[in-house]
Amino acid sequence: MTDTDTEPGTAAPPERQAKAETPRPRGFGPLGWLRWAWRQLTTMRTALILLFLVALGTVPGSILPQRGQAPERVEQYYEDHASLAPWLDKLSLFDVFAAPWFAAIYILLFVSLAGCVLPRAGVHYRAMRARPPRAPRNLARLPQTATYETDADPEAVLAQARTVLRRRRFRTDADGAAVSAEKGYLGETGNLVFHLALLGLLFALGVGNVFGYRGDVLLTEGKTFANAINNYDQFAPGRWFDTGELAPFTITLDEFTARYEAKGAQRGQALDYLARLRFKESPDDPGGRYDLKVNHPLQVGSSKVYLLGNGYAPRFTVRDGKGEVAFQDTVPFLPMEQRGMTSEGVIKAPDARPEQLAFYGILWPSAAASQDGKQIQSAFPAPIRPMVSITAFKGDVGLDNGAPQSVYKLDNIGRGLDVVKDGRKLLEPGETLKLPGGAGSITFDGLAEYTTLSVNHDPGRVPALIAAILAVAGIVASFMVRRRRVWVRARAGKGGRTVVEVGGLTLGHPTPEFDDIVAALRGEKDAGDPSSDTGKKE
Amino acid sequence: MGNAADLANLSDKLTLATAVLYVIAVVAFAVDAGFGRRRAAADAVERAEEKARVLAGAGGPDVAEPAAPAEPRTRGTDWAKFAVLLSVLGWGAHLGAIVTRGLATERWPWGNMYEFLTSIAFAAVSAFLVVLWRYKARFLGAFVMLAAVIALGVANIWLYSEAGPVVPALNSYWIAIHVSAAIVATGAFTVAGVASILYLLQARREAAGKDAVPGGFWSHLPSSGDLDRLALRVTMFAFPIWTAAIIMGAIWADEAWGRAWGWDPKEIWSFITWIIYAAYLHARATAGWRGRKAAVLALIAFAALMFNFFGVNYMFSGLHSYA
Repeated sequence: MTDTDTEPGTAAPPERQAKAETPRPRGFGPLGWLRWAWRQLTTMRTALILLFLVALGTVPGSILPQRGQAPERVEQYYEDHASLAPWLDKLSLFDVFAAPWFAAIYILLFVSLAGCVLPRAGVHYRAMRARPPRAPRNLARLPQTATYETDADPEAVLAQARTVLRRRRFRTDADGAAVSAEKGYLGETGNLVFHLALLGLLFALGVGNVFGYRGDVLLTEGKTFANAINNYDQFAPGRWFDTGELAPFTITLDEFTARYEAKGAQRGQALDYLARLRFKESPDDPGGRYDLKVNHPLQVGSSKVYLLGNGYAPRFTVRDGKGEVAFQDTVPFLPMEQRGMTSEGVIKAPDARPEQLAFYGILWPSAAASQDGKQIQSAFPAPIRPMVSITAFKGDVGLDNGAPQSVYKLDNIGRGLDVVKDGRKLLEPGETLKLPGGAGSITFDGLAEYTTLSVNHDPGRVPALIAAILAVAGIVASFMVRRRRVWVRARAGKGGRTVVEVGGLTLGHPTPEFDDIVAALRGEKDAGDPSSDTGKKE
Repeated sequence: MGNAADLANLSDKLTLATAVLYVIAVVAFAVDAGFGRRRAAADAVERAEEKARVLAGAGGPDVAEPAAPAEPRTRGTDWAKFAVLLSVLGWGAHLGAIVTRGLATERWPWGNMYEFLTSIAFAAVSAFLVVLWRYKARFLGAFVMLAAVIALGVANIWLYSEAGPVVPALNSYWIAIHVSAAIVATGAFTVAGVASILYLLQARREAAGKDAVPGGFWSHLPSSGDLDRLALRVTMFAFPIWTAAIIMGAIWADEAWGRAWGWDPKEIWSFITWIIYAAYLHARATAGWRGRKAAVLALIAFAALMFNFFGVNYMFSGLHSYA
């Protein structure tokens, strides 16, 4: 307690400091060992080591690609480091944050934390209700002391001391010839709240993970998304999420607009995205409109919808060798770069007869000649002068056997799908590529935009927020408020005078509050304003 | 938009003025620390008097008479005052540079690495001026101002980007809250880091028994114990702000990207930094970890903080790669 170096909130409880004295188990049974292990786990040293291991454990998650964040980069890593990758994978280094060893570390840490904080909360609760500790025999040995003589008799001095201290919101207790006073419990309360809130935060995040879901959707202008698993491009339910719980809402994208910086060094940088939506919470809901923007998600039922990205979906009409329309729709193209939004995509027309048709296209929203004049590039991300380069294929698209295919790739090239000779052309909107030999044609009808949306449901969101706010409030309180004790003892001295001894003990370094109290006790006028003094001054 | 261009230009000029003022301040602080031998003695006398006064205050009425004020120092150039004046002037120019940048771009002026680093340097100088005022920690001047000069240099030479708009994700009031908190915490951690380095050097010197020799640069520094406490106190100020910065970042991420925490490299390293500072605060309270070990921990934490700033943005790709 006389350790003035210890700061409030960082003071360790006795059981955490006593590691040196922890007796080694010698000749006692399994229960003894268990108790010993528990004591080891809850020491501060173990907690520090576990903290370090958590920090160290997250490092590979920032260096190596992670499946949870970027599965395609994990695949790339497998290709680049064919011999190393499987070994890293065995150590779960591509799923660090779902790895058993990572879970082991943080669970141990939180058990250690709980093992320390919960008993400490009990001690603190009792301390708050208990009487302030009795005055030490020798007040002069405390870090802060004062002695003076007065004409008032001891009872009057002690009564006055209680009044002064109570006015300063100390808890006081009469203790024979002395008054004991204590205040500043909020510091330890804040410390405990902080640690418990961290446990709560982890729990809330876990609940959100297990009972929630998230999915990504690509939605082109004019299309409607109905909330069902099959309509998601990617869907990741929590382990205990019941897919029957998906809210039956629908979202229609009326219009998507992106604004870009038109001049200067940052020409082409996106300034703003806006997706004009119509939504219905259920089939018989009259529905509403929402202007979805980045940072302004839409709440539908218990789900939230976020604007994540955007792209172009050119509209094509494919006619087959018989002159029938074999395909007519928008086709989302994936951006290959952000500066000019050059995008690529494929068009599949398995209904074309006599032969199936497929096309690979590159879209330049603002087509322009490159510097050397030999290539086409997109000079700006907005659709100022859209152009598509089309390469035609015919044969078997490969959809008939029912095997799943990417909608962005032609998987069957060389396996029944062959490039059409002279089947290449640059198209502007309205232009048509006629395939040689009357095999069919493709018309670039125009350009639509699409947006990628993320939909999620996270039941842990609000509890996590509350826990986080409590954690910050707790740590601020624990650093600002420190526990202070004051004792006043009065005894009869020589010549009918009364000798008053005052002792003060503050967790952490002393505060000037003590001097103010002494001044108030002695009836000095400059006793200071008690309300301004919360003990955080130097 | 001529007005905006003028403002952006003014901002650049003010940044240059700031850097010049800071450089001279560094020199002035260094001269004050290196050659103010006479004043060192005077300081010692003053400190002793102050101690006497404190003791008297606790003693009783008979000896409570205030000690005579220390003899005013008038002889020679007062390098310390000069240095502080330059720092304050530089701070004003720095503030002006940030404000004009914000006006030129019509947004919060910390949307890219250049602006972010400029703001961190500003926060560090502000934190230094606060500890200068509250703890008389003038000895930190040369170091903190030097760090600020280096930061401004790096920002202007390697990270400079012209005044312009930011990507849509950054168009949120959260940038005012989340990024400001990160800036303030980083500035304060920088001051604490300087104090920790000085602590390690001073402690080594004391252990070698060299502290008995008066004069010289090191005698101007506080004792290792005081440096240690200063580092702790500033860290205790910065840690809750860093905690809040991370949490507000999570809230913003939930609004912008639909997930509060996604183990993005920036998030990972913020977390690592937070963990190590937490370990430091716990270590300070535990016997056997105090002093040297704790100071080394604080410096590891600071290294993680710096890596989070530079390394993460230039070595990894993630959602925070704006630059």
